[in-house]
Amino acid sequence: MQSLRPERRSRPLGAVLLVAAFVAATLFLPGGARAEDAAVQIDDFAFSPPSLTVKAGTTVTWRNKDDIPHTVASSTRMFKSKALDTDDSYSFTFNEPGSYGYFCSLHPHMTGKIVVEPANHAAQ
Amino acid sequence: MSESKKTDDDRGVNRRKVLECMTWAGTGVLWTISGGVPRSLGIIDQALAAEPSKLTFLQISDSHVGFDKPANPNAIGTLQEAIGKIKSLPARPSFMIHTGDITHLSKPAEFDNADRAISEAGLDVHYVPGEHDLIDEEVKFYRERYGKNAKGSGWYSFDADGVHFIGLVNVMNLEAGKLGKLGEEQLKWLQDDVAGRTASTPVVVFAHIPLWTVYEQWGWGTDDGARAISLLKKFGSVTVLNGHIHQVMQKVEGNVAFHTALSTAFPQPAPGTAPSPGPLKVPDDKLRSLLGITDVNFVRGQQRLAIIDKPLQG
Repeated sequence: MQSLRPERRSRPLGAVLLVAAFVAATLFLPGGARAEDAAVQIDDFAFSPPSLTVKAGTTVTWRNKDDIPHTVASSTRMFKSKALDTDDSYSFTFNEPGSYGYFCSLHPHMTGKIVVEPANHAAQ
Repeated sequence: MSESKKTDDDRGVNRRKVLECMTWAGTGVLWTISGGVPRSLGIIDQALAAEPSKLTFLQISDSHVGFDKPANPNAIGTLQEAIGKIKSLPARPSFMIHTGDITHLSKPAEFDNADRAISEAGLDVHYVPGEHDLIDEEVKFYRERYGKNAKGSGWYSFDADGVHFIGLVNVMNLEAGKLGKLGEEQLKWLQDDVAGRTASTPVVVFAHIPLWTVYEQWGWGTDDGARAISLLKKFGSVTVLNGHIHQVMQKVEGNVAFHTALSTAFPQPAPGTAPSPGPLKVPDDKLRSLLGITDVNFVRGQQRLAIIDKPLQG
């Protein structure tokens, strides 16, 4: 943890280590997601970000911010949400590295991708 | 009451030509202006007056019962207004077609409420599903109510006063990155369905998503729609009625007239004029000028059907 510096000298070491662990997890994952939590927003008939890279073991949560229902459906039928009304969410945990294309089965021009990388970095 | 009349009185000149699709701005302007244009009694109306034998039916679309977002917090209310307008028509239509998105979320209560409101018209209704009608987990509520006698995922045909009506389903099993889809089984059925019919039979095709590509970026089209149209090429008069895009668009191509209906629930933006096709919030006093019903008249001897869009409020 090269870049970590305690914000206050009086802070107990344990708290500093907790912060360090959190920052480490954040630094190693693109998009600032924590190790087992990543988010995709559905807004304006689009998945945002359209392509998201996560570590194996990450749970991705999609949340629909549109006034129209959408679904999250794997192109290979590996996973599929029910229809998500406004503010509904759906989560899926990606354990195996690979590239997972998905789309909205109601509005199939809406497509996205989750790229899952091996989890080795997270263990360091 | 304002009406925008779209007929093709000069079809003799245009029959063989591909007419330009009305551009979006054009249709929008026409629609806006039509609010202030008095209804004119043109050739079609005179023909109607002289011709006792005619078929009139209504199209309603995209009721989205259950929708309660800012674009229209009371979608059931505007559906009831549309039905009220139908009941007050001077000439009682023969029946109605509903081009899908009856409900917003395929909930049983939404189907119940839609049925209750629509049945007030006292007319037979022929439905096709929209994608919003097929999102219950088992995808069964629509079929149980409306598709018992239909083929495949809900397609069928029927005849009325010498006109052949074909209801198609293009919202099932959609594929990533693609548009609406009819599929091989349905296209084969369509081919068989029209095989024995004479070319002079007027044909009306109705489906939820437009069968022609209105705007690919928003998924407003049907990948194999052109194949369906090609199966109908022998017919002298084909009218294609769609919904889904919550606005009126039309084009004429040879013997085929395409038309999309207003929603009874909320308007959607013209293609490319907004970041997405999501519900368009307009000032409250303008909403009812962007919702409405479609009145279709078939006059024997006329090549084309007269299609009249009637907003809830001019």
